[in-house]
Amino acid sequence: MILIDLAVRNLRRHAVRSVLALVGIVIGVIALASLGILGASLSLLIGGLVSDVSDTILVTPHVAASSGDPFDPRTALASSLSDKDVALIEKAAGQNRVIPMIRTSKRFRADDASGYVTVYALRADDIPSLLAKEAGRYPAPASPGVMVGSLLADEFDLHVGSRIEFGNESVRVTGIAAERGMGIDIYPDYAVIVTEDRYAGQNYGMVVVKVRDSADIGEVKAAIDGQVNRRKEKVDVLDSREVLQIYYETRDAISFFLLGIGAVSLAVASVSILNVMIISVAERRREIGLMRSIGAQRHEVLVMFLYESLALGVAGSITGGVASALVGYYAAAAASEFFGGFGAPGGPAAPGAVVAGYIIVGMAFGIVASVLAGLYPAWKAATLNPIEALRYE
Amino acid sequence: MNGEPIIRFEDVSKVYSLPAGAVVALDHVSLTVDAGEFIAVMGPSGSGKSTLLNMMGCLDVPTSGKIYLSGKEISGMSDDDLTRLRRDHIGFIFQQFNLIPLLSAVENVEFPVILTAGREESRRRATEVLRAMHLDDALFSHKPGELSGGEQQRVAIARALANDPDLLLCDEPTGNLDTKTGTAIMDLLAAENRRGKTIVMVTHDPRVAGYARRRIQIVDGRLV
Repeated sequence: MILIDLAVRNLRRHAVRSVLALVGIVIGVIALASLGILGASLSLLIGGLVSDVSDTILVTPHVAASSGDPFDPRTALASSLSDKDVALIEKAAGQNRVIPMIRTSKRFRADDASGYVTVYALRADDIPSLLAKEAGRYPAPASPGVMVGSLLADEFDLHVGSRIEFGNESVRVTGIAAERGMGIDIYPDYAVIVTEDRYAGQNYGMVVVKVRDSADIGEVKAAIDGQVNRRKEKVDVLDSREVLQIYYETRDAISFFLLGIGAVSLAVASVSILNVMIISVAERRREIGLMRSIGAQRHEVLVMFLYESLALGVAGSITGGVASALVGYYAAAAASEFFGGFGAPGGPAAPGAVVAGYIIVGMAFGIVASVLAGLYPAWKAATLNPIEALRYE
Repeated sequence: MNGEPIIRFEDVSKVYSLPAGAVVALDHVSLTVDAGEFIAVMGPSGSGKSTLLNMMGCLDVPTSGKIYLSGKEISGMSDDDLTRLRRDHIGFIFQQFNLIPLLSAVENVEFPVILTAGREESRRRATEVLRAMHLDDALFSHKPGELSGGEQQRVAIARALANDPDLLLCDEPTGNLDTKTGTAIMDLLAAENRRGKTIVMVTHDPRVAGYARRRIQIVDGRLV
């Protein structure tokens, strides 16, 4: 069709200008699609972190920070849970397993490398219910041996029987925990797990309650809250549903933020298309007047200019779509690598269908934004008075 | 043709409202153009010649009075109807040639045809009229910028004739051409008139006006 030919030829006539407008759309589509893909990958990765908490209730000492004010001086106060508190929790939890633990850190040295490592001290009989075993055996009560997390073992090439410097003593590794990833309760993969008798007399830092039937979570949580916080607020009780809710809210906020950035860049791109089209209409006034005088209808002139912005949108969106497939892939891989460092389970990137979905959405927005940007200039062109347009020099 | 005059102006006036005051471009003009006539409209600059031609070409509407084309009154017509009328019944030829620079010679001629007919039919008709205008086939694919003034005006006449209109409206068709080329162009127009086309031509040049069979003088918007 001659109107499409004219639109494309006009874009070619001003190649530099057209390419610059195109680059705007390409960047907009890349921003929208790849940020969408990145957001989806992030939420998948974070989703992996919380996927194993559906049966967990976490009880922590109440601190002012949990009320949301980081400047409250009480935030800095050390707080802990006593044996009495644990007993109350156990009473409230009924048949469900209650696992109190101390979380601290200690100097660690293996071969030439040294540093601080997270230490979880638990009751010996609680350890198997929280951690799976990869090799060796679980630490026995009052034994000098320790269990190490799988990633720590990999990094320092530790095996059952290896010796490590742990605080001021030299201890033997008796077991290696299976890789578990980060949960809301503990993150054992880079930690050392010992029995609590090493810290005898110390209060606990938190209590994990494993609920057998996840339908009971609300009930158990209410019972603990009622039992321990009866007189004053001593503990914060968090269940996995709340954690999931926080996770979903965070994920939505991240997605909206990233898509917002994409949308803004696309809006900037459509302004540049609007600019190019207004210039194009101004330059071609005489041509428009001529076309109208020899028989082109208003809607044909309108359509010709819309073809021009559509061509920019389609070319920019296709280029942007291909580019965002690459950028999105690498961005997701980078996110995965970053979160992989925290032991997040899950694949390297969002699934193909999700990626394709975001790219198609990005491209669709690119095309729609271009056509919308072309509407006003095209309408101006179509409503030009042919006589005045013909007089234009 | 239905025996009606091809153009009839009844007491037509055109007033432009400008910030400096109203300008009367046409002042109670009445005239008739019969089918097959060749008319030269002459007059000084600003006398209203172009306004008259624009009204005949349905590009402008009168402030008062009535215009009939082949018996049909045009003042009540919509923009789309007027555009269709221009496309199917009127051919325009301009002093500046006014070819579309992005299109080749043959595509320029095709343009008004292709809006209604298929590509093959438009190409066939465009080729036919370009040959009738004695344009070398080798120049068909040239862009307007690659053609001489005379060649461009031949293409412009071919475009005006492509839809086989009843009426040709020419605004200084030789104004940008040398004498020899101008004569060749006028010979082509005269031949079209002999074939039955009605021609109304605005010109300053008495020699060019000599091709017409009737002359209309216009001064200050009035026929004299």
